[in-house]
Amino acid sequence: MNGAIYARRRRVNAAMLTLTAACAVLSASVLLAILGYIAWKGASSLSWAFLTNLPKPVGEAGGGIANAIVGSAKVVGLAGLIGIPVGVASGVYLAEYGRRGRFAFCVRYAADVMNGVPSIVIGLFAYALIVMPMKRFSALSGSVALALIMIPIVLRNTEEFLRLVPGTIREAALALGVPRWKVVLFVMVPTAGRGILTAALLALARVAGETAPLIFTAFGNRFWDDGMLNPIATLPHAIYNYAISPYEDWHRQAWAAALILMLFVLAINVAARLWLRPSAGAAH
Amino acid sequence: MNPIMETSPAKPFVPSAAPAAKDRAVALSVRGLRAGYAGGANVLKGVSLDFRENEVTAIIGPSGCGKSTLIRCLNRMHEAIPGATCDGEILLGGRNALEIDPVLLRREVGMVFQRPNPFPTMSVFQNVAAGLVLNGERDRAKLAEVVEKSLRRAALWDEVKDKLDGPGVGLSGGQQQRLCIARALAVEPRILLMDEPCSALDPIATARIEELLVQIKDQLTVVIVTHNMQQAARVSARTAFMLMGELVEFGETQQMFTKPSDKRTEDYITGRFG
Amino acid sequence: MTTAAAPERSVPDARGAARVAGSRERAGDRLFRLLLTGAAGLILLAALALAWQLGSASRATWKAFGLSFLWTSTWDPVNEVFGALPFLYGTAASSALAMLIAVPLGVGSAVFLTELAPRRLAEALCFAIELLAAVPSVILGLMGVFLLIPAVRFVEPLLGAYLGFLPFFRGTPYGVGLLAAGLILALMILPYITTITREVLLTVPRPLKEGMYALGATRWEAVRGVSLPYARSGIFGAAFLALGRALGETMAVTMVIGNTPKISASLFDPAYSMAAVIANELAEAASDAHLSALIAIGFVLLVVTVVINGLARLMIYRLEKGA
Repeated sequence: MNGAIYARRRRVNAAMLTLTAACAVLSASVLLAILGYIAWKGASSLSWAFLTNLPKPVGEAGGGIANAIVGSAKVVGLAGLIGIPVGVASGVYLAEYGRRGRFAFCVRYAADVMNGVPSIVIGLFAYALIVMPMKRFSALSGSVALALIMIPIVLRNTEEFLRLVPGTIREAALALGVPRWKVVLFVMVPTAGRGILTAALLALARVAGETAPLIFTAFGNRFWDDGMLNPIATLPHAIYNYAISPYEDWHRQAWAAALILMLFVLAINVAARLWLRPSAGAAH
Repeated sequence: MNPIMETSPAKPFVPSAAPAAKDRAVALSVRGLRAGYAGGANVLKGVSLDFRENEVTAIIGPSGCGKSTLIRCLNRMHEAIPGATCDGEILLGGRNALEIDPVLLRREVGMVFQRPNPFPTMSVFQNVAAGLVLNGERDRAKLAEVVEKSLRRAALWDEVKDKLDGPGVGLSGGQQQRLCIARALAVEPRILLMDEPCSALDPIATARIEELLVQIKDQLTVVIVTHNMQQAARVSARTAFMLMGELVEFGETQQMFTKPSDKRTEDYITGRFG
Repeated sequence: MTTAAAPERSVPDARGAARVAGSRERAGDRLFRLLLTGAAGLILLAALALAWQLGSASRATWKAFGLSFLWTSTWDPVNEVFGALPFLYGTAASSALAMLIAVPLGVGSAVFLTELAPRRLAEALCFAIELLAAVPSVILGLMGVFLLIPAVRFVEPLLGAYLGFLPFFRGTPYGVGLLAAGLILALMILPYITTITREVLLTVPRPLKEGMYALGATRWEAVRGVSLPYARSGIFGAAFLALGRALGETMAVTMVIGNTPKISASLFDPAYSMAAVIANELAEAASDAHLSALIAIGFVLLVVTVVINGLARLMIYRLEKGA
């Protein structure tokens, strides 16, 4: 055993350990830096007035983002109303009837492809599909874009969690003389319920932070919205507008709004991960 | 001295409580049953036998002999496996079970599985009531009555009556299996199929289930698949011995275990193989 | 023993109504399956409709310029002359820079988290890194505008002083530009590379690693000798997936890239990406031709990301097959 070589190997090992540790710590600390910075810059501008007022013209104090918060709730809410049922139903289809066959394969492939399409391209689709024929921007088109982003996520997770349900549960229900559709809907899906719900929440949190597809679908609005068939303000879009403006006051509002959005997204993500931890492994 | 006492030092041979009565009516009649799985040769090669009412009939045989396949054809659970086929006649009340709606068949022919499988998201009460609730029963009083009755029949009532709202999976293994039995009994089937129900349980839990079999057979017909010959001898009035997809011998339990007619039966019973 | 009597039935005796009830139930199964199939078909339809819509809405551009649209660098909405090259360049350059930074960082982190770190530390760090992926693009853009740009504006003169002999580090240090865009993109794709590489490394069979340890190898030597080569195609797959994400990133990029359709070798100069120009110009497109050109860029972006993601999945699939 050559002592010098062995010592060198150990040094290399230690060096790589340090180097890779530095990579990991650096990556992890970026998140903390972001959270800390937003909290620091945003907290001071946060107030009840900020949450309940409408935006004011430049120069006037006391502007708020109430319309953006409500607008986001509406757009994301409608997106969820469309996207979650379709996603869950498709996931159930693939798990129950789609073990083999070309149709199921195509559906899975299409969902994977849609998952990788940039959100701005999906926004383009919603623009061409709804905004152009309607000849105006609308909350509806924004919701459709967001729903199209949600569906592949919910679909994949639903299918995976359903497949994790043991086959013997299914057999037990069938053996009681229960029709197949009731077995799936009232026994299998509830058993996979926790995972499916978590996936749905995570998908909602994801689209709540999306801006790009909304720029030319929901378009934004400095006042209360006029119904789902008209332009509407959303929180991420408001942050964007304020951030790129040249006004100091608006920059402060951007930080405060970012803090709200960040808290929301973070709360759902942390809750979802903690809730899901005890059960079997989850997909992204 | 019977051959069992001589070759296996285990428990003494206790004949079943109700010796087979010759004039009992036939509850379920199997004629020429053939079954197989996708792409393979037939697992069941033409089996015919009768199951009589208010009796426990045991089906024994070595691994792979087709006993599980047979019992799963009786309530058409084989259809859950893609590519599984089953031909022949399974006569229940004069009609061929293979031709009627499987959902209705399964309300008449219930099943208990090898591993206890209570529904994980339901309480004890909900588990037992599941068969009724999923088929539309809404009357809470009726459900409570059926749940208590079924749990009593499954000899589980005293142990769970204070935790009916607790999770079904929170019980011990033996209790879970009795819960599954209660669940199956709640829909009042005429026939109860049991696929090695005690193989995942300890001896005490096994004994409790065997005891309750003796009671419930008075209200329905039980078919039990078991790899444990002593169990067959303890609980059943009639026993069927299967080997490689064929029914080798079928007769009264007492007679099968003391003086089997077929040499293959004798070999299996005395432990020369299997 | 008592003779058999039909036990008291507490559920309705279904025998008499078997035929009727049976067909009702089978109808329930059929309806259920139909609804589910419809939902599943919706996604298939949406994917096909997406490609078709974008293709047809951009037809005017392809008819007017043909494939030369892809290598023309004029972007003049007023005179209706359109070329996508500046945006293709901006997207490619910023993504390439992002990969150069994020891939080593991400793979290094993943190696640490799977092979070298104590479990509790690894779990905590993983949690933080995965949460980074959940940060919305616009918020990272916000950080970019107010934190990163000033920092880059500070660093660029230094880079110019020491590395100015390279064409990448010349020119006026605006702050906004390709360098900032590359950095922020690196931040966005880092969690994906780390997470996927981690999963890939976890599939390396233990017996292989144990074989190395049994020979007296150090932890790093086992990683370098066994884990990394085994997971190589999966790591490439992770990198390609991250690339796919980087190509389509919009908000953070448009807030720091400068939004100028200029092609320049220097990282200090502002540029423009495909996603950014669509975000900025679509809502107020000057004319039908302008609109069509923007949608054509979107179509190109779609094709590129689908191809890259497809390659990525192929690589990861090959890893799983080899396993």
